[in-house]
Order: sequence, then structure tokens, then C-alpha cells
Amino acid sequence: MLFMREPMRVALALITSMSSLGAVYGLMGVHFIAAFQVLIYVGAVMVFMVYVIMLLEVKEAPGSKRFSSYVVPGVVVGVLLMAALGAGMLRGPMSSGVLPGEGSGTFSLVEFSSAFLTRYWLVFELTTVFLVGAIVAALAVVNVSRRKQEGA
Amino acid sequence: MNESQFLLAVAGGLFTIGLLGVVIRRNALVMLMCMELMLNGVNLSLVTFSQQRGDAAGAVMVFLTFVVATAEVALAIPIVLLLVKHARSLDVDRYSELKG
Repeated sequence: MLFMREPMRVALALITSMSSLGAVYGLMGVHFIAAFQVLIYVGAVMVFMVYVIMLLEVKEAPGSKRFSSYVVPGVVVGVLLMAALGAGMLRGPMSSGVLPGEGSGTFSLVEFSSAFLTRYWLVFELTTVFLVGAIVAALAVVNVSRRKQEGA
Repeated sequence: MNESQFLLAVAGGLFTIGLLGVVIRRNALVMLMCMELMLNGVNLSLVTFSQQRGDAAGAVMVFLTFVVATAEVALAIPIVLLLVKHARSLDVDRYSELKG
């Protein structure tokens, strides 16, 4: 993803990695998250993204640079972040397994949904408010473009 | 290294690749996709921790992340379309005239 020039190839690589993550979730035993990963990310988000890439079709000039001027500091920060994450991960206690069948506290869909709608009901309701805000913002963006077209 | 450490390493790797992509690439759409990759890495770590503890809180967070990611894409793509109409390019350096 970092080195491909065409956005469509980046999108295809991202779709592959998201589907593989869905497979990983399935192997971990959280099948509903695997289903949602495939349905929402691959089915909705990436289809939208691919559609926009095909719609825009802005060709980069052949001589244009692929990377911004922050390559060196970016790579340094990335390596440092990876090292910090790795160090924290190796230091932390890793007692129980995450795969199903080891008997170590995997939860079921029933448990998840009851927790979602009883203990975390406020978060659920706040999500609806957030979605309404997102719809209003999308309408505002559409309005901006319409006004610009009228002005031009 | 057991499997949860491996999954967390994969999550950290995904997050780092996404962050690197946002920082070093110039194409606006590629930057958006790298943000999605970062969200995916965080999701994987949340699922791993929630499986480890046997607690549903992580999975609830993952669902909220799905909602946030979808709303983010639905908002960011019209903005990118507007920017492309404005500057006729996907290169973020061309948008520097938008500086306040």
C-alpha cells in the first residue's frame, strides 16, 4: 500500500487485507464481527472507495513524486512507534489464549448483544445522535458544492 | 510468543503501515485508505483484548468503530470530490492554498 502508484491497486490491497482480517476474526471465534467486517468494510466502505476511484480517474503526472517531503521523519516515527508497540507487547502479561476451544473466556453473541443493549445502551443511543450529525454534515457538504456550481 | 502476542503484533504493524501511509503519501484517496487500515489495526487489537479477557466491551467498541469508519468515509469522500473539483488534482500539496 505504501509503494503502489495507482489508487486502484492500493484499494485492492486494502480489500485483500480486510478480507483476511475477517478470516482472522472467524478463526478467533467472533463470527459476528467477521461477518460485519466483510459486510461493512469490504461490502460498503471499499465498494464506495472503488466507485470514487473509478469516478475521479485523475491521472497523476508521470514525473510527479509519489511521496511527500515527510518521508524520512515519517519512516523514523513509524519505526519508533513499531519498536515501542513491540516492547510494550512483549513486556505485558499474556496469560490466556484467544483462540476458541481453549476454554479461556471467549464470549458468545448472546452475551455481546445483551451487554450492548443493557450495559452500553447510552453508547448505542449516542451513536444514533452521531449518525444524525454525520447526515447533516454530508448535506452541508453537498450544499457547498451546489452553491459553488451556481456561483460559477 | 503466543498467538495473542502475534495478533497484537499484526495489529501494531497494520497501524504503523497506516500511519506511515498517511504521513508519506501525497494522494488524498490513498491517505483515506491508509486511515481505514489504521482503524482496522485498532479493531484487531480490540478484538484480541476482548477475547483475552472474555469481556464483551471490546466487541462493543469494535461495533462503534465500524459506525465511525462508515460515517468518516461517507463524509470524507464528498470532501475529496469537492477538493478535486477545486484543484483538479488528488495531490494534497496542491491544496495548500486552502491554508487559513
